[in-house]
Amino acid sequence: MSLLPWTIYLSFGGAVLALGAGARSAAAARWIALLTAAAGWGLVLVAAVGFAPAAGLQTVADGAWIPSLGVRYHLAADGISLTLLTLTGLAATAGVLFSWNVEERTGEFFAFYLTLIGGVYGVFLSADALLFFVFYEIAIVPKYFLIANWGSTNREYGAMKLVLYSFAGSALVLAGLLWAYVAAGSHSFDLPDLAAAAMHFSGSEQVKMFALVFLGFAVLAGLFPFHTWAPTGHVAAPTAASMLLAGVVMKLGAYGCLRVALPLFPAGLAFWQPVIAWLAVAGIVYGGLVALVQDDFKFVIGYSSVSHMGFVLLGLAAANARALSGAVLQMFSHGVIAGLLFAVVGRMVYDRMHTRRLDELHARPLYRLLPFAAGTFVFAGLASMGMPGFSGFPAELTILIGVWQTSPAWAAVAALGVLVAAAFTVRVMQLAFFGRGGEGTAPPSSTSLPPITLAEKLGAVLLLGATVVIGLKPDLLLNWITPALQSPFFEAVLKGGGQ
Amino acid sequence: MNGFPWLTLIVFLPWAGAALLALLPKLDVRAGRVLALVFSLSTLVVGLALLPSFKHAAAGYAFTEDHAWIAALQVNYHLGLDGLSLVLVLLTGLVAPGALLASWRETRDPRFFHILFLLLQGSALGVFLALNFFLWFIFWELSLVPAFFLIKLWGGAGASRAAYQFIIYTMAGSACMLLGFAAIFAVTGTLDLARLATLAADGTLAAKLAVLGGFWPKAVFLGVFLGLAVKVPLFPFHTWLPAAYAEAPVGVSMFLTGVMSKMGVYGFFRILWPLFPGPLQAASGVLLWLALGGVVLGAFAALRQTDLKRMVAYSSINHVSYCLLALFAVTAATGGVGADGGAAAALSGAVLQMFNHGISAAALFFCIGVLESRSGGRRGRDEFGGVRSAAPVFAGLCGLAMFSSLGLPGLNGFIGEFLIFRGVFALAPWAAAAGCLGLLVTAIFLLTFYQRVFHGPRAGAAAVEFRDLSGRELAVLVPATALMLLLGVLPQILIGLYNPLISFWTAHLP
Repeated sequence: MSLLPWTIYLSFGGAVLALGAGARSAAAARWIALLTAAAGWGLVLVAAVGFAPAAGLQTVADGAWIPSLGVRYHLAADGISLTLLTLTGLAATAGVLFSWNVEERTGEFFAFYLTLIGGVYGVFLSADALLFFVFYEIAIVPKYFLIANWGSTNREYGAMKLVLYSFAGSALVLAGLLWAYVAAGSHSFDLPDLAAAAMHFSGSEQVKMFALVFLGFAVLAGLFPFHTWAPTGHVAAPTAASMLLAGVVMKLGAYGCLRVALPLFPAGLAFWQPVIAWLAVAGIVYGGLVALVQDDFKFVIGYSSVSHMGFVLLGLAAANARALSGAVLQMFSHGVIAGLLFAVVGRMVYDRMHTRRLDELHARPLYRLLPFAAGTFVFAGLASMGMPGFSGFPAELTILIGVWQTSPAWAAVAALGVLVAAAFTVRVMQLAFFGRGGEGTAPPSSTSLPPITLAEKLGAVLLLGATVVIGLKPDLLLNWITPALQSPFFEAVLKGGGQ
Repeated sequence: MNGFPWLTLIVFLPWAGAALLALLPKLDVRAGRVLALVFSLSTLVVGLALLPSFKHAAAGYAFTEDHAWIAALQVNYHLGLDGLSLVLVLLTGLVAPGALLASWRETRDPRFFHILFLLLQGSALGVFLALNFFLWFIFWELSLVPAFFLIKLWGGAGASRAAYQFIIYTMAGSACMLLGFAAIFAVTGTLDLARLATLAADGTLAAKLAVLGGFWPKAVFLGVFLGLAVKVPLFPFHTWLPAAYAEAPVGVSMFLTGVMSKMGVYGFFRILWPLFPGPLQAASGVLLWLALGGVVLGAFAALRQTDLKRMVAYSSINHVSYCLLALFAVTAATGGVGADGGAAAALSGAVLQMFNHGISAAALFFCIGVLESRSGGRRGRDEFGGVRSAAPVFAGLCGLAMFSSLGLPGLNGFIGEFLIFRGVFALAPWAAAAGCLGLLVTAIFLLTFYQRVFHGPRAGAAAVEFRDLSGRELAVLVPATALMLLLGVLPQILIGLYNPLISFWTAHLP
């Protein structure tokens, strides 16, 4: 467990090294990035082997930082953090593999990339609210540069929109946290301390603080109607950044809701519960319906993320042990699946076909030209539409079970989202890969597409393997998550929200 | 014999074949076909091997496998085989190799075709054997994927659209069913179908669902019902079927009608009836009308088709609806129906009809495939003539399949439909009377089919040359028609397998 802080230091160190090496050799920067990401993931897995699931956070590093404000450098983990750390390591490693073809300023690219990863590890490990916030901001800045420098369609617009939404969200979070800190007597930013103090806040205070903090985080999780940054940002980003953006960064928002907003302000949750739930359900259905009519391949995946994150938010809103564990499982599942989908669209298809328009892709039988890409997308698409046997199924089933316990109506409308997901996934699969562009009539250039590289295959196998393993044995993660939710930290949430 | 995981073997042997084919990309096409056929035949072989140790006298599961799997959702890897499952496993074992032989000459990427086909076969077997909803649903949903691609990539001109319609309709049903089971787990904490049936039998399940309040207990029933009704399909949820069956390649049409439509009917018997006896009884009045709609309108729709595949597709709606007509007649009746034997006859007929229809409809699709293969893909009712004089053996065997399908006494179809009508007359006479119309119309369109295609002067696609059946084609049709004759004379050999189950069911009627 004490290895876990090193995931952060290692990523930041790797960023510096990649920057230095990139000046001389792109290949060196790539290998440094790959080794750093893989080592970070390895550290998480080693820590996971020695992890004893228990209620409550297990401190892994603790030291004074700004004593005058009661800010500590306090890193801690429980089963929820560990699940998301595993996801981060996996997505980071796969992301490097799918960025193997970045030729332009490779060193800088991977420096920003690894800084982002380090920030994400930091967020998932922070047990101090201010530290949490610092890492959260560290994760946002590199996103801007990754998109603005290495992105594609409308990259300046996409990057700026993403950053503005993120910063607006952060401002709300900061305001809420400071309010809570002051109201608690300005002793400590430590999350367990704050939670203990927050129990004495009045109901109306909690309602307002919750609104600030939850909304601030939920923007990054893609809560409808504040989701509009997500599709444009995803589309504008380079492949690896889309993968991380949908795969991991959106989870930061959801994780913030779960780790900070819910436990600190349970009365706030009880007040806002129906609003959040209906917005989440609206996101599930709306995101899916919009995905159904897109003519740009990447936008379909972008909107599908909004739909799938709606399930996470719905699970959080239902706020009983079952729904929350489903929400964490869905965070992992969506992280893996969205990463895979973006990898296929951005790397395997776009980098070869130089178009993402579905009608243009449909003119050629891509499943013959790029059978590996087609196969990967079929499996990823099945996982994404909640097909049993893949990780999305136990996650969505667990959420639905939990939501039934709170409100059948939410569950009923959310199930509609499952159907819409099937519709847009099958539609885009047909359009993009199974074009009837007659075998003989295809232009000669189509026969000379660069083959799928080993790095791409490796990345796809990693992610596909993860979704199948968790789909068939969700216990691997649920055995971490369930005990974590029995911590006193979540007691008030489960009592107040779950009814 | 019980220690060995026979059921796992049944389910996973076809998948093992698919995996083997996937791992051997360089395999010769002929060798690949033979390999696929061997693995496809494994179902029948293992199924028959189990017969001697199958306890004919007992109603429960003769074979079970139960292992802990997912603790967080209390999911067990639970398989079980009783008379109903056995009949359907044997049916799958018969239809699947026949279907593979029907598409034997598939030239478009045959390896991938066989991989998908074996995946489909394994999934269907999983549905017939799984006793935990989680596991059952994996097989149920996974069966869609190979079926979708088999229709889409190897089908006719309209296959893309048909495949999309097929998967979306079925997924819509599945989403409703999933929602229903989420609620069931939320209130009971288990997804085990056998355990839920026990809970439902003493009213615990209904009482627990009632906690949801308002319309929601009914919605749970409705969700599970819709998932199954689309799959069967029950009228009016059938609209995806004609296109899917007609556009699919012949072997796949055979499997879809022979086995996949039985998955839905099986779900009604294994899940909906045991878990929701009360709501099903309350809804049976309406459902009887829907089943009748399928029987009568399916037959009339078939009468209007000139495309033979569409004709047999609509006739499938008609035939499968008999099974549900029987079930709903039993569930609609209140009190004392077990005594007069009406319920026993109806249920017994329903299970027999599943098997019979599987064999005879698959055989009819196979015969249409024979016509297509000799006429460059034509399959219009009026595009042939005089085939009998050119291919007498084919005409004879196809005629037998047709007469079996329309219920001629002496052939298997008659026994099943007779038992159903015998039972339904006792339980709901008006429904049986109206259903007779379906029998009559079926006779009309099948005889028209026979007359136009096989009789008269040689014409159309058969005007110049029409080869009689090849050895491969005989290898499918001869056993199929032999079985039709055998079961027509000795239905007891099949009924004996599941009769204890029928007695158990009728003994537990309200």
